[in-house]
Amino acid sequence: MTAISLTVNGKVVSGNVEDRTLLVHFLRDHLNLTGTHVGCDTSQCGACVVHVDGRAVKSCTTLVGQVDGASVTTIEGLSQGDQLHPMQAAFRDNHGLQCGYCTPGMIMSAVDIVQRHGGKLDEATVRHELEGNICRCTGYHNIVKSVLDAAGRMSTAQAAE
Amino acid sequence: MYETHYHRASSVDDAAAQFANGSEAKYLSGGQTLLPVMKQRLAAPSDVIDLAKIPALIGIDFGGDSVTIRAATPHYDVASNEALQKALPALAALAGMIGDPAVRYRGTIGGSLANNDPAADYPAAVLALDATVKTNKRSITAADFFKGLFSTALEDGEIITAVTFPIPAKAGYAKFRHPASRFALTGVFVAQTKSGEVRVAATGASQNGVMRVPAIEQALKANWSAQALDGVSISADGLMADLHGAADYRANLIKVMAQRAVKDAA
Ligand SMILES: Cc1cc2nc3c(=O)[nH]c(=O)nc-3n(C[C@H](O)[C@H](O)[C@H](O)COP(=O)(O)OP(=O)(O)OC[C@H]3O[C@@H](n4cnc5c(N)ncnc54)[C@H](O)[C@@H]3O)c2cc1C
Ligand code: FES
Ligand code: FES
Repeated sequence: MTAISLTVNGKVVSGNVEDRTLLVHFLRDHLNLTGTHVGCDTSQCGACVVHVDGRAVKSCTTLVGQVDGASVTTIEGLSQGDQLHPMQAAFRDNHGLQCGYCTPGMIMSAVDIVQRHGGKLDEATVRHELEGNICRCTGYHNIVKSVLDAAGRMSTAQAAE
Repeated sequence: MYETHYHRASSVDDAAAQFANGSEAKYLSGGQTLLPVMKQRLAAPSDVIDLAKIPALIGIDFGGDSVTIRAATPHYDVASNEALQKALPALAALAGMIGDPAVRYRGTIGGSLANNDPAADYPAAVLALDATVKTNKRSITAADFFKGLFSTALEDGEIITAVTFPIPAKAGYAKFRHPASRFALTGVFVAQTKSGEVRVAATGASQNGVMRVPAIEQALKANWSAQALDGVSISADGLMADLHGAADYRANLIKVMAQRAVKDAA
């Protein structure tokens, strides 16, 4: 067992975990943050993506010990109370989800993409950078539309600050 | 995943000491290869020793005619390094083609080279640029480092600390991606050194892992242009054949990727 302490969605959490505990299991089973999903066993689908110190990583391919001391943001940590994050709002408005299984990972990856590219984002870049996120329902069209819409909303929000 | 013991090493010496204490220890860097393998229960290390937070293993340093990438530097940091994009754009571009963004945030050059997957990208750059792999014990030339599929010159417990790449006159990398895994179905790195030598390495093609391609080297040495390769034919002997592509398909890909790499070279 290892004692760990990290910040999850702004709150410090600590605990004793088996050394083999993956970050995704820590989030889901220890913290009941079940918004982060497990879609594959091969590190390929991206349903489990969360931010670790601001970088979008696969929580199924990270031991919780590796992020001891880090700051983690999950899908539950994006909204401000009842106010959805612009990316979440854009997914709702553009019908960017069907079953919703891939959506938390899509949104966490998408926020990271917009943060890296800002206003320069175009459709080809979004499609290319979402390579690590698999969706079995939507055909991606409305996901890409949502991300581009949110990129606009996020840069306007930033400009207003 | 089987049970294991996780240790975060504070220095290279600490990591080597912890390795020696474990019965079947393994180093962990980005975990983007080792953890999937452990999840599938194909590896069951008694201990995993995390190298990723050791300050001496992170960063990119420029010398007069070379650039050194320390072993635990993630692919993302290599791809986005502006000085590297100027000094050795082909290497920054190669790092940016590995996997997907989440893999690039965590996966590292040291882990990629230690693993020596026959379809991995970095080995092509290391061999074509005649880079030197530095470890906690010695320096190993590219030609001596790669020993075939998933095997390298590393001894038990030896730690890659950095890789030094001589800056070439020109270099380019082109990769035909496997559409699902994004590994190279075949990738070719072409380089012209400052002394005029031409070195070309292909990954994803040979049954023995990364390899030099003498026929293309000779043609490019005579005439550095994509057209110079039009008449070159590559033998399919010893090339991989699997459900993704036959050996002669890969042989042709080597030529076509080399032509694209030459066109992009800078
Ligand atoms: C979905 C997906 C797609 C990918 N696509 C590509 C691709 O297109 N191209 C590509 O090249 N790779 C690809 N990879 C592999 C990726 O680049 C890995 O990050 C890399 O191969 C291993 O690096 P790591 O730092 O994650 O190593 P780890 O997984 O931590 O370790 C790998 C091995 O190296 C050993 N090791 C690690 N560091 C050292 C060191 N400093 N000294 C000695 N031994 C060490 C470990 O003990 C282990 O055996 C992909 C991976 C995934 C999950
Ligand atoms: S569950 Fe993590 S990549 Fe599929
Ligand atoms: S909405 Fe169902 S998997 Fe993407």
